[in-house]
Amino acid sequence: MAIVRALRVPLRLRPRFSSLSSIAGSISTLVIGEHEGGAVKAPTLSAVEAAKYLGEGNSVSVLLAGTGSSLQDAAEHAASCHPSISQVIVADSDHFVHHLAEPWARLVQLVQQREGYSHIVTVSNSFGKNVLPRAAALLDVSPITDVVSISGPNQFVRPIYAGNALSTVRYTGNSPCLLSVRSTSFPEPTVAADFRAEKAPISQDSIRKSRYVKLTSQETERPDLGNAKVVVTGGRALKSAENFKMIEKLAEKLGAAVGATRAAVDAGFVPNDLQVGQTGKIVAPELYLAFGVSGAIQHVAGMRDSKVIVAVNKDSDAPIFKVADYGLVGDLFEVIPELLEKLPEK
Amino acid sequence: MKIMVAVKRVIDYAVKIRVKADKSGVETQNVKMSMNPFCEIALEEALRIKEAGLASEVVAVTMGPKQSIDTLRTGLAMGADRGIHVEATGDLFPLAVAKLFKALVEIEKPGLIILGKQAIDNDCNQTGQMVAGLLGWPQGTFASKVVLDKEKQEVMVDREVDGGLETLCLNLPAVITTDLRLNQPRYATLPNIMKAKSKPVKKYTPEELNVATNSDLEVVEVTEPPKRKAGVLVSSVDELIDKLKNEAHVI
Repeated sequence: MAIVRALRVPLRLRPRFSSLSSIAGSISTLVIGEHEGGAVKAPTLSAVEAAKYLGEGNSVSVLLAGTGSSLQDAAEHAASCHPSISQVIVADSDHFVHHLAEPWARLVQLVQQREGYSHIVTVSNSFGKNVLPRAAALLDVSPITDVVSISGPNQFVRPIYAGNALSTVRYTGNSPCLLSVRSTSFPEPTVAADFRAEKAPISQDSIRKSRYVKLTSQETERPDLGNAKVVVTGGRALKSAENFKMIEKLAEKLGAAVGATRAAVDAGFVPNDLQVGQTGKIVAPELYLAFGVSGAIQHVAGMRDSKVIVAVNKDSDAPIFKVADYGLVGDLFEVIPELLEKLPEK
Repeated sequence: MKIMVAVKRVIDYAVKIRVKADKSGVETQNVKMSMNPFCEIALEEALRIKEAGLASEVVAVTMGPKQSIDTLRTGLAMGADRGIHVEATGDLFPLAVAKLFKALVEIEKPGLIILGKQAIDNDCNQTGQMVAGLLGWPQGTFASKVVLDKEKQEVMVDREVDGGLETLCLNLPAVITTDLRLNQPRYATLPNIMKAKSKPVKKYTPEELNVATNSDLEVVEVTEPPKRKAGVLVSSVDELIDKLKNEAHVI
């Protein structure tokens, strides 16, 4: 049965740790969470899942911010969605409606000062990338971002040089150790748990130096690129936004998400949030189909962990064929219609 | 208003990197080095703001060993007015860079700081956010459009985020980090490369700026990622569908 606790009095402070080496079994993690429509977002669960690898007996608290009933609903969902979560902290204020970095980083700092976690974890999506380093600066620690593997409380592996090398880094500083993880490296499960929600301290500093104006996004029925099981990507060879509709048709047939190369986005065929690559989205689906994609280092960085890679390109020398499991040298304008015709119904 | 821009010297984006046999890092000897592409975009944006009459001076800043001066000279050739080189050997992690930046800001007092969103060597995507945090300034990261309003002392920033394009309005002074589509950087023309030789460059050391560069991070080793199994070429769509269905079991 879920238990909700709304605290108005300051919490008893946990003992503060001055150095990670003195933590033997006293690992506690704050996960910086996101929510939408009254539920915790999938990436947050990746972060919770990743926290397991930090050590035994890790108690995980999830921090959610926002306002109103959708926040409260999300807090209740957070409690019941993963066995590692022992606490949910809510910051209810209209400072957080648009999830700006300035109030969020300050919030993380305040919660950390009050609770003294050994680790603070988020996912390295555009929210986590925006907030975590700022929070780290406020806490005067170096964060470790875009982690793909955790081997204990202070050793992590992260990709460098567009994923062409892996760097194993050891954190030797004071608590807290801040990290962001790639959601594709820590897939989320769904199980049940107990619930305790607490109120977070909210700074009344007027952090109104930044204001949200608007979000421009495209409505789509396609699954989310970040966690789709199948991705169909088009490159500049599609030649126009109109032709790109072929990619969308194929994606629909396969129940897939649509991806694009930087060149296709730059050319205006599709919006920026479809870009897969070193500085775009990192994906690792079961099946990745690339049409008219040359396979530049920077694009490959975003999809090299896909289970099966298929490439279709007119140029047999295209670097994409070096990374593809199945390559077809041919004209995508012939291959895609043929696939649409011959692929089995989903 | 003065604009400070961070520029970093990195292995050129087109180079195929090699991991050293002793796993201590990536090979940089005899390898083509260039200005980080995102830093080029940052500098280009600063120059455009100045050319629009909204800023008086563009100062390019680089941090690193002696050879980093090359990158600074490129920045001066592109059009920066002055350069600052914080000379430091050894690994400089983002937190140290951010602290050095803060020290420079206290001397130079810029109204706007522009950095690339990430360096293509360590792909950290941290420094801009950290500079903003240390200074208590608002941040507009992953910017694809920047519009300054000098009168209102504000800047509107379109950001490329997971869900599309987010527009924020920031009070100046502010920190902006650049994304790919913000602009197309200019090439340095030969006359400008010549002019750049006489533009002033001020040198500092971390000690002079009172910043300790010892880090709470240690690189244990650098390795190659696991290699994918070699793929096969198929000769028809039928064969492709067959393999995907019966061999890979993904459809």
